[in-house]
Amino acid sequence: MIKSVEYISLLIIPLFLLFTVLYGAVKKVRVYDSFVAGAKEGPAIILKIFPYLLTIFVAIKGFQASGAFDFLRDAFYSLFAFLGVPIEAVSMAIVKPLSGSASTALFADIVQTAGPESLATQMSAVIMGSAETTFYVLAVYLGAVGIRKTRYLVPVCLIADFIGIVVAVVVTRWFF
Amino acid sequence: MNVLWLIMICVSVVFAIFTGHLEAFTKSIFDGAKSAVEVSLYLLGIVSVWMGITKILEDSGLIHRIAHLFKPLICRLFKNIPGDHPSITAITLNVLANLFGLGNAATPLGIQAMQDLDTLNEEKGLITPEMMTFIVINTASIQLIPFSVIGILASYGHRNPAVVVLPVLISTAISAITALLVLAVFKRIFR
Repeated sequence: MIKSVEYISLLIIPLFLLFTVLYGAVKKVRVYDSFVAGAKEGPAIILKIFPYLLTIFVAIKGFQASGAFDFLRDAFYSLFAFLGVPIEAVSMAIVKPLSGSASTALFADIVQTAGPESLATQMSAVIMGSAETTFYVLAVYLGAVGIRKTRYLVPVCLIADFIGIVVAVVVTRWFF
Repeated sequence: MNVLWLIMICVSVVFAIFTGHLEAFTKSIFDGAKSAVEVSLYLLGIVSVWMGITKILEDSGLIHRIAHLFKPLICRLFKNIPGDHPSITAITLNVLANLFGLGNAATPLGIQAMQDLDTLNEEKGLITPEMMTFIVINTASIQLIPFSVIGILASYGHRNPAVVVLPVLISTAISAITALLVLAVFKRIFR
């Protein structure tokens, strides 16, 4: 089952590319020129996104390095200790919304230190798989169209992240 | 974002002073700038590739056909998207890319979807309800199989890494639905 989904995943982009190109050719589109014309728009988009990305990354890295992150983790840990949530899972829950690469590194570290079949690993795995790098998504998507007034989007995302993590904890407890 | 960023910076500096992490903090600021450059360069490549593919879709008219096909599904969540609007195609492809864990495709298609949704925006710079729904769906991370997690588990000798598939799927599904519900509640309160 996993293998077949993995195979489909590998197949999707090549097939989609083939279909697009062939369909274009049938419709008498000069596909090479079209692709070039499209690709030309890439740099302008990235130039728009870059300042947003930089601004959010500076805040995230600074937050992690300043010790504020450790404080937040310990605070959450004491809050959830009665539920039996391992501290590794609490770290993962805070890191994942902030940074994709940091969460991957943290997860590898947890698996190594806590053992691949420990509760800490399983719970971190579920959090890692079910949460998204919220701040990155917000910076990139809002930056791409220059949205400055986000209304209540940010609180909604943070509340949703929090609920998502609680759900992940409960589901893991129920499974393992 | 404004308030959030302000709080993050102030809290970080205060903590850096009181916990003696000043040196690390200063270094981290420039690390942040560096990773923004790296991520942007990475995005420059994959976004340009998808812009190229999308241009063929546009020129061949396929983009409207796909939009027409998925309109009934997408318009249930996004009420104010007219007819065979290109944003339907971008949203559909983004959701599919997310489902199959194709990160290289999901982000560029998401950017595309935001730009298409912005063409319907009457007050530029102010977010629309459709954009909010789209972003919330994306931050809920709907994914069928978490390949990267399984990969790491397997490489450290987990006997059956696939055991995480079902709990991850259940958690994402529940959290995606609750995220949309939370958004719906906020939409009702601040209309």
